[in-house]
Amino acid sequence: MAALRTLLYLVVYPGLIFLFVYSTFCEWFDRKVYARLQNRMGPTHTGRFGLLQPIADFVKLLAKEDVVPEAADKRLFKVLPIIGLAVVSTAGLLLPVWNFDLAAPGFTSFSGDIIVVLYLLSLPTLILFLAAWSSANPFSTIGGARVLTMLFGYEVPLFLAVLGPAILADSWRLAEIAAFYQAKPLLLLTNLLGFIVAVIAVQAKLERTPFDIPHAETEIVGGTFTEYSGKKLALFRLTFDIEMVVSSGLLAAVFLGGFPGGAVVGFLHFVVKTLFVIFLLSLLRALTSRIRVDQVVSFAWKFLAPLAVLQLLVTILLKGLLS
Amino acid sequence: MSFQIPIGPQHPALKEPISLRMTVEGEVITGVDIRLGYNHRGLEKLAEDRNWIQNIYLTERICGICSHSHATCYVQGVERLMELAPPRRGLYIRYLIAELERIHSHLLWLGVAGHEAGFDSFFMYTWRDREVVMDLLEMISGNRVHYAINTIGGVRRDLDAGQIAKIQEGIVTLRKRSEYYFYIGANEPSFVARIAGVGYLSKENAVALCAVGPVARASGVARDVRKDDPWAVYDEVDFEVATADSCDVLGRVVVRVKELLESYKICEQLLKSLPAGDIAVKAPRKAKPGEVVSRYEAPRGENIHYIKANGTDKPERLKVRAPTLANYPATVEMLRKGFIADIPLIFAAIDPCICCAERTVTLIAAGSGEESVVRMSDLRRRAIARHQNAPVKRNAVWPL
Repeated sequence: MAALRTLLYLVVYPGLIFLFVYSTFCEWFDRKVYARLQNRMGPTHTGRFGLLQPIADFVKLLAKEDVVPEAADKRLFKVLPIIGLAVVSTAGLLLPVWNFDLAAPGFTSFSGDIIVVLYLLSLPTLILFLAAWSSANPFSTIGGARVLTMLFGYEVPLFLAVLGPAILADSWRLAEIAAFYQAKPLLLLTNLLGFIVAVIAVQAKLERTPFDIPHAETEIVGGTFTEYSGKKLALFRLTFDIEMVVSSGLLAAVFLGGFPGGAVVGFLHFVVKTLFVIFLLSLLRALTSRIRVDQVVSFAWKFLAPLAVLQLLVTILLKGLLS
Repeated sequence: MSFQIPIGPQHPALKEPISLRMTVEGEVITGVDIRLGYNHRGLEKLAEDRNWIQNIYLTERICGICSHSHATCYVQGVERLMELAPPRRGLYIRYLIAELERIHSHLLWLGVAGHEAGFDSFFMYTWRDREVVMDLLEMISGNRVHYAINTIGGVRRDLDAGQIAKIQEGIVTLRKRSEYYFYIGANEPSFVARIAGVGYLSKENAVALCAVGPVARASGVARDVRKDDPWAVYDEVDFEVATADSCDVLGRVVVRVKELLESYKICEQLLKSLPAGDIAVKAPRKAKPGEVVSRYEAPRGENIHYIKANGTDKPERLKVRAPTLANYPATVEMLRKGFIADIPLIFAAIDPCICCAERTVTLIAAGSGEESVVRMSDLRRRAIARHQNAPVKRNAVWPL
């Protein structure tokens, strides 16, 4: 029975199938918001309001020809999309929406899971770099170099920003951090600065405008994905969709008070709050133009990192005041 | 580590085939090599066996964006050869279309610049508003792209009062929107961060490398054929030559938006003082022997047509110098020491119209780099032989 439950947990809810469905919904939402902000309609045709469009795109890509370049490191090239998907899906399991039981830390909710989620969310970046490098294409190579360059910019501010609330809550467990802020919602306001920093850093992590530099199509064609096609590209796109859901879920858990109220109400909280974060991300995407990779690094270290440190200072001072 | 990356002949940043071979060190460009000749259409040769009237429609098809520029440049040259004086009303309508075309071309360019910088919202908005002027052009001429309104000795369609009112209405909308885009283009921080200081071309270099159009004007060279050598209606309207002195892509954006505003002004003046009368005079079938150089300020810069007549109903020679060609040397200068990320922006900032500028083809052996001249029939024979004998090449490396 326990084995079956674990299997259901991994495969159906909140595992692969749920993450697939919800992440395609989020992609639809993102595309729709982005399109409406640009005075376009966005997906309308497949399914009601075009809801099934991302799934249709996914299926279409699965059916496309899958080319592996002769010069590529074939084993690495083939296995990376699957690893990427596995990594972000694993990160999805750790969100405190399906393991809200505070008293019983299980294998998906334990002290230190916030670090594990952050770590698992950093891995796709490295996987992208390896994917780019193994495709042996000049455009991919440049894209890969840009992926890593950007990583040095946004990763530290993201970690600093996300760990601030954890310090205030005095816990490294997502469920406990969320519970702490549910008890004292006003304290959420003190983390506003950190939230802004984290949203921008997540935008960079997801490589969306203004940070879509590694796959800037007008500069380096497909960038990291230049040589990817068919099933592998589909998996990579799904990876990014799930990463968007997981990272917005993480921000919601840490900065927006988590998902209180048990399985059903908590789930509603999850939907509303992740969609809110995704809305912010879409807004950022529509309002900005792509910046250069050197500008990302200087922006991250001149503005994001100092702001994140400031947030930490505020948190530490506040913690001293409270205790 | 220095290596070469091929931008083109097929690349998402390029809407037409051209090859920019960039030598880069990390993200910095150290060398640029522009290769032309991927889209040669033999237009000048074609023009030699078409008569004067047929050639209007041929020259109109040199470009899909500034179709009217080439047709007008050709027509005003032929009119000078035939010593024709088109009626005032015809001229006013001809240059009204010319300014409307400049508006649509510049709005299009603004969108492209936004897209190249990854600012797709800007792209969507400018292209939405471009539809306003496209609709006006369709209303006047019946076509969105190839207006076919020119004829030797005037224009082919007249304007009525309703159309004039509609154009005026459209211009009011467009002016309001363009002012907003001016604000966005010069103030949106991430967009300005991408374009300010990028693709620097000093005033001296702009003059020395014979840059034309908005590229030259953005470097502070007030060079505009409409002002320097006013012809037809341009000495009767009041407008400024838009310039900027920042010498970069930001300057080119500013110049183009300012030109939009000037074009609205010109259109309004032309409509207000539209003279009554005929729109065209009858043109002779043949032109006396002679030659003429016709200049025209196209949206992309100075367009030059050289026409030589030998007394028959066909030109003996038609030479077209599209503005894009004049801007290539300046582009090489602008790209040097730039970043890879700036390539599409700098290249797009000259508003390249590649197939308009293609006048020749060179055959270069991929292995040895040797150039040769081959007859078309011979080339065809070689191609067939190659496909019959050669095995499918695996692991083919594109020789840089």
